Amino acid sequence: MYRIFQTLLIALCLFTAIPGGLRAEEGLRDLVNALGEAKLSNMDEHIAALAKTGDAKVVPVLEALGEGMLYARKADNQVFLTKESGSNLTLTDPVTGESAGEAPKAAFSKIKVNNGVRRAVRTALGSLTLLSPDRNQRLKAAQSVLQSPNADALGAIENALAAEKDAEVRALLERARATTLLISDRPVDEKKEAVQVLKQSGGREALSILSTALNSADETLRPDIEAALAGIEQTQALWAAGQNVWYGLSLGSVLLLAAIGLAITFGVMGIINMAHGEMVMLGAYTTFMVQEILRNSFPGLFDWSLAIALPLAFLVTGAVGMAMERGVIRFLYGRPLETLLATWGISLILQQSVRSIFGPTNREVGNPSWMSGAFELGGLTITWNRLWIILFALAVFAALLFLLKKTPMGLQMRAVTQNRRMASSMGIRTPWVDALTFALGSGIAGMAGVALSQIDNVSPNLGQGYIIDSFMVVVFGGVGNLWGTLVGAFSLGILNKFLEPYAGAVLGKILVLVLIILFIQKRPRGLFALKGRAVEA
Amino acid sequence: MITSFLIRSLDRTIVIAVAILLALAVLVPALNLLTSADHPLHVPTYLVSLFGKYLTYALLALALDLVWGFCGILSLGHAAFFALGGYAMGMYLMRQIGARGSYGNPLLPDFMVFLNWKELPWFWYGFDMFWFAALMVIVVPGLIAFVFGWFAFRSRVNGVYLSIITQAMTYALLLAFFRNDMGFGGNNGLTDFKDILGFNIQADGTRGALFAASALALAASLVITSGIVRSKFGKVLVALRDAESRTRFLGYRVEHMKLFAFTVSAMMAGVAGALYVPQVGIINPGEFEPGNSIEVVIWTAVGGRGTLVGPIIGAILVNGGKSIFTAAFPEFWLFALGGLFVLVTLFLPKGVVGTALQYVSRRRAYREARNHKDAGLPAAEPLAAE
Amino acid sequence: MTEKRPKNLLYLDGVSVSFDGFKALNSLSFIVEPGELRAIIGPNGAGKTTMMDIITGKTRPDEGAVFFKGDIDLTRKDEAEIAQLGIGRKFQKPTVFESHTVWDNLELALNRRRGVFATLFYRLTGEDKARIEEILSTVRLTGRRDDLAANLSHGQKQWLEIGMLLAQEPELLLVDEPVAGMTDAETAETAVLLKEIARTRSVVVVEHDMGFIRDLGVKVTCLAEGSVLAEGSIDFVSNDPKVIENYLGR
Repeated sequence: MYRIFQTLLIALCLFTAIPGGLRAEEGLRDLVNALGEAKLSNMDEHIAALAKTGDAKVVPVLEALGEGMLYARKADNQVFLTKESGSNLTLTDPVTGESAGEAPKAAFSKIKVNNGVRRAVRTALGSLTLLSPDRNQRLKAAQSVLQSPNADALGAIENALAAEKDAEVRALLERARATTLLISDRPVDEKKEAVQVLKQSGGREALSILSTALNSADETLRPDIEAALAGIEQTQALWAAGQNVWYGLSLGSVLLLAAIGLAITFGVMGIINMAHGEMVMLGAYTTFMVQEILRNSFPGLFDWSLAIALPLAFLVTGAVGMAMERGVIRFLYGRPLETLLATWGISLILQQSVRSIFGPTNREVGNPSWMSGAFELGGLTITWNRLWIILFALAVFAALLFLLKKTPMGLQMRAVTQNRRMASSMGIRTPWVDALTFALGSGIAGMAGVALSQIDNVSPNLGQGYIIDSFMVVVFGGVGNLWGTLVGAFSLGILNKFLEPYAGAVLGKILVLVLIILFIQKRPRGLFALKGRAVEA
Repeated sequence: MITSFLIRSLDRTIVIAVAILLALAVLVPALNLLTSADHPLHVPTYLVSLFGKYLTYALLALALDLVWGFCGILSLGHAAFFALGGYAMGMYLMRQIGARGSYGNPLLPDFMVFLNWKELPWFWYGFDMFWFAALMVIVVPGLIAFVFGWFAFRSRVNGVYLSIITQAMTYALLLAFFRNDMGFGGNNGLTDFKDILGFNIQADGTRGALFAASALALAASLVITSGIVRSKFGKVLVALRDAESRTRFLGYRVEHMKLFAFTVSAMMAGVAGALYVPQVGIINPGEFEPGNSIEVVIWTAVGGRGTLVGPIIGAILVNGGKSIFTAAFPEFWLFALGGLFVLVTLFLPKGVVGTALQYVSRRRAYREARNHKDAGLPAAEPLAAE
Repeated sequence: MTEKRPKNLLYLDGVSVSFDGFKALNSLSFIVEPGELRAIIGPNGAGKTTMMDIITGKTRPDEGAVFFKGDIDLTRKDEAEIAQLGIGRKFQKPTVFESHTVWDNLELALNRRRGVFATLFYRLTGEDKARIEEILSTVRLTGRRDDLAANLSHGQKQWLEIGMLLAQEPELLLVDEPVAGMTDAETAETAVLLKEIARTRSVVVVEHDMGFIRDLGVKVTCLAEGSVLAEGSIDFVSNDPKVIENYLGR
């Protein structure tokens, strides 16, 4: 007796939140049992009736219905929640939630569901679980009512809204309420407010809700909706532009990474290194090797693979670069066109070597967990790997700038490139500085390869795709000027991404190339050119 | 005026080279057609086409030599002009197929029917006439080179900058020709040709004639190039190659000079491409690959830039080597080619012919000096006026 | 061009140019009369070479007027046009066409039509031949006519370049340090040569060698920091205290 009282009390407390929802247990039982007799065609009415009770007990019933676990006893049409155990069913009373023992399956008939029923269940559940104590549950419920609005649920939503404290859920509920309100028979003034709410929330979703609403709206509401649509479209366009800037920055960071090593070897030393792209490629393959070893021997360290690959790639490509400089390039100083040809030859050899060793196909380089996924920032979608690459590119740039401007080695490098003979007579070992500078540029290309392995196919042709672009960046930015390379990379990246929607990816790229060619005509020495007599030397 | 231009062009090397080419133009097709397959001197048809292809490459290398060897413009986009000429010829050959294509459309080439196009694009008009196509073979590359060069030379883009933007040019064209909407067959290009001027393109006789045409075109281009470089204009080219600003201060419009040489060279490359396409039976955007243009540079460098027969010999040597190499050890061809780039620039900057000429002239100078001494004459007048 | 301007051969007024903030020329004014031989001295960085760059169209001035023969605005013309107008220039470093013979160097410099087709179909006439022969003997290179310019000695290259300027038949000749690196004998001979040339045209010589300038015995302009410091005879200029402080005394 005490127990029943207690249950009743709890039920009472629960039900006071739902005005008009106070029903006798038996009434509920009738409604549930009615499911057993319902046909597929009128099932949704029964579900709606259940949902209208607002009873929390309905939730497991509807869930079971959606999953096909609701069975009716053939003998007396009693409906039970069931769980399969062999050929028997474990029964649970839908109203009391108490166990009702086991019974053979044959004595029951499954309540049939189809997609239409499942949808109705979802909607009903949405409005029902809005009051769940679990925040995630409420969030999910709010999403579900937003996705399939149902005028009947309006009351439930408003109740939930009144009780909701969590900001995110509230925001969702606000939108759900506005959406539902628009299809309900509430007065126009409230609908106008709802339109404003939706306009505030913005996004593609609001856009489609409002355009559907526009079709059925009456004359008094129409102008409001139209204005709201225009407003949303405008914000959408702004966000799209923002997203384009982001894509542009992302492409720019890739260009910057690819070009920054070239800014040293070509920009500072004046060496045309056509094998620069292959240095990037070697860096990417170093990452591949590191990941292979980690995968096979130390799988736990996989998230560290890039951190391990970075210095290794720098060393590997730096060493290759130094070998190139000592073995070939130093004999060709002052003959830029010959250097171009010889380094092109080297690039062919490097490509073919990698092809012979690793095969001509793409190799799989994985993303560590911290580089996967994306997050939302306002209307922007930002993927982690792009964000890291932008940060990495800027970090490399800053480090290089620091190295060149603030360290003795940088001073020597600049001295040698500006006046070789003078530097040499000051006691600087110019051949050594040449080799180191070239190795530095190559090493940076290798580090770029580590980053690019995360977003591009790692194949022997990887470098080929970057070489023309990176030369364009350096030439566009102005040779011998690191800042020019930075600005050049990002402006070309953004320009490219802004042309793409209008011209398509390929045509956009062609346009950019043509624009650069025209630009070089205007300013043959790039964006940030040196002027005066020094140029002639 | 023209005659003096031509006569001046014919020095001994050129006369010999032209004679060889003319002899080949007659001999190779004759040996192919008139001897039976088991005759020791018989030239099989596939070789006729292969050698014909080499000759068009040689013409392309010669064209590059005019701008690089004599004018100092290292174009990394010459294969683009070659490909443009090839496309112009390919369009003619496509139109010749007529209703014999797989879709049997009398007007539209197969790929257009496939793309569901209803009308021939305007730029395909006229290509059913050989004379028009032949004109376009020269005009289109010439025009593009002219426009490109006009911008580039006017604003004094020089040296490696020019090389890089020529590379960007061919890259842009590559991307453009890959697009189906361009109306040039997308990445499949133009192929399945049937006949040229009414002759079956596969027939031995046609192959022989195409070979002869290639040899004649090369001979004619050799004479024209030689005439150009031996004229005062050619001397100006070399002068501006070595000291551009000095040439300006002498009153020469350097940009006009370069533009003329660049345009003529592009036209020659276009002719080479036009002769290439019917002999290999296909033209596709791959010809615009920047790598192709750089390969042309190595042919010229191997043979010897700044000499006229050098690039011809270089193109034939490298491509002959490529044919043999890729058949025997395909893996290693890129190693060989890459090595060639490095070794030639390091050890043979004047190329095979240039080095040989240097050797010959040194020997001659040495012998003359000795003869003078023997005859009791003063050795070639020493530093005068000092 | 409505204002009155005297009929000077070369007229620079208020010419300024700066490179990245550095003022290479600072309101420079300078006049050369027809038939005049003028020497210019000045410390390094005084703007001597920049001035020549501006006259020959290599550099555009930021402001100021540059006129040739009274009313030809040189700031609107490029190097080739200016050269064709009759202004020749000799560089500090001898620049001749090294892979051409001495003869070809002179043939290229000869004042004939210089268009693409004119050069393509050019034929050496008897008249042109005689002219080249004459210049060869003037610059004392007759014996080396068929040698490559690359094989000439330093002094001979300087002379060849002067010969090329003669072939160009300019009305105004700008000569940048013609005797740098020459032996004393060569220097003296060059002075004679220049005086000979100046008989038929105006010459502006930039030189550091005071002895050479004394040999020339002409009006001297001293430049410093991009403007004219003093102008007059060599004795007048070399006694000017400002000149001594800025240039000679250092």
